[in-house]
Amino acid sequence: MSVMSAAPIRLALPAVTQVRAPARRRFSLAGYRRFLSPLVLVLLWQAASMAGLVSPRVLAAPTTILASAWDLLISGELLYNMAVSLQRVAIGLAIGVSAGAVLAVASGLTRLGEDVVDAPMQMLRTLPFLALVPLFILWFGIGEVPKIGLVALGTTFPIYINLFAGIRGIEPKLLEAGRVFGLSRWGLIRHVILPGALPSGLVGLRYALGTAWLSLVVAEQINATAGIGYLINDARDFLRTDVIVVGLMVYAILGLSADALVRLGERRLLAWRPTLVGR
Amino acid sequence: MSNNAGVSVRNLTRQFGENRVLDALDVELEPGAFVALLGRSGSGKTTLLRTLAGLDAAPADAQIDVPTPTAVVFQEPRLLPWKPVWQNVALGLADPNPRRRAEAALGEVGLSHRLDAWPGTLSGGEAQRAALARALVRQPKLLLLDEPFAALDALTRMKMHGLVLDLWRTHAPTTLIVTHDVDEALLLADRVLVLEHGRIATDLRVGMDRPRDPTNPGFGPLRAKLLRALGVELPAARVLEPSA
Ligand SMILES: Nc1ncnc2c1ncn2[C@@H]1O[C@H](COP(=O)(O)OP(=O)(O)OP(=O)(O)O)[C@@H](O)[C@H]1O
Ligand SMILES: [Mg+2]
Repeated sequence: MSVMSAAPIRLALPAVTQVRAPARRRFSLAGYRRFLSPLVLVLLWQAASMAGLVSPRVLAAPTTILASAWDLLISGELLYNMAVSLQRVAIGLAIGVSAGAVLAVASGLTRLGEDVVDAPMQMLRTLPFLALVPLFILWFGIGEVPKIGLVALGTTFPIYINLFAGIRGIEPKLLEAGRVFGLSRWGLIRHVILPGALPSGLVGLRYALGTAWLSLVVAEQINATAGIGYLINDARDFLRTDVIVVGLMVYAILGLSADALVRLGERRLLAWRPTLVGR
Repeated sequence: MSNNAGVSVRNLTRQFGENRVLDALDVELEPGAFVALLGRSGSGKTTLLRTLAGLDAAPADAQIDVPTPTAVVFQEPRLLPWKPVWQNVALGLADPNPRRRAEAALGEVGLSHRLDAWPGTLSGGEAQRAALARALVRQPKLLLLDEPFAALDALTRMKMHGLVLDLWRTHAPTTLIVTHDVDEALLLADRVLVLEHGRIATDLRVGMDRPRDPTNPGFGPLRAKLLRALGVELPAARVLEPSA
């Protein structure tokens, strides 16, 4: 906002400041533009809804959506369902990440592990795991197990693939240095291999988060009685497009927050990386 | 492994495919000696060093006596980028207070101010000094240096020479330094070996007092002899077959 008011004054300023000003102005204007176009779209949408061009059965008006979001929030319904969904993702992710990490370490560190683990993993990962939903329902019914299981399955592969690559990509010269300075096999794993594979592992985690939300969306279509997916399905039955959009927004917010969390963790855990060191 | 702090290698042969790099090599390093190892590129210097360091298994028919602990400074610093400098130095130390020992070692190489720095932020010379501290903190009986200063500028290299000599005098490890630089070898070592055709082809004593002055005329004949041994043709001199 200060830039807006500063704009006319800038013309009167001496050349020195003028040299610096354009860069700042361009940056801020770009920032505004990024917010401006979605805002315009929302306003158009609102106008269209108010003019009766968009039926609420197709898409509710932004104001209606906001009001519904508020109601759901006040009633506690939103938070409850959010907690249920979050719990599914958290448990599924915990299982998937652990399984992926254990498998990656086993097959990354030993020949035997690679022979036993890597081939089936590479084959399985080509299978679109969401296609397993029918089998999961047959195996696990329609309770929490298939939902969590689907999230776990979907997250195992990205962790496995990336961590395995990370472990195999460790600089052999560093391993040698560790060996020459008396690190045991366990010491090598702890001080050289795992920290060295961590960057790839975190990339895997970010991919895993992506698939976790995707799995959740699909899993919550399976006869859920709670969770954001349930909220959405329930709303569909009552033609409540406003509630559906609220649910979608919650998915988006949860996904973005989780990603931000991992990136924060990355910044702390990988503070040693030359690219981050300079900042 | 013996209690004798010297190095003894007998009948060491190393072969990669058809390429016989070390051919029934024998060499003795007396305890506490400072020895330089010269040789053409690809002559097997690193191969010998790696065997002494235990990085490559020695063939069964070779006899190798090496004192422990052994420490190595590689051509590149090889610091773990995810550990701060002091933890790199303390790597693998079995000590109740590794930080204190790492601090002391880093103090000796003049890096007290970079204890907690990430290796990625060190300059080349600083990183190489940290690698030196990491080798010295274990108080090795055998110190192996593989072209440790090759990547440094002349000024830093001179400082590092002084540093290594100081540390060698204080801790007295048997020291073997691989280098391409004849002058560096003459400046530092008591004895200069030249590796050729898989054996020690030249074994030269440098009987000069320290600190040594590179402009000392006594260096001239030694330098010429080493250069000839390395196959550098000096215009007027005939290449003599050096005696082992
Ligand atoms: N692991 C290996 N596999 C195959 N050949 C090897 C291996 N290690 C070394 N060699 C070969 O052995 C020879 C000696 O290598 P080495 O590294 O000991 O040479 P060097 O004397 O240290 O050379 P430089 O001065 O260039 O470092 C070279 O020809 C090299 O190609
Ligand atoms: Mg070499």
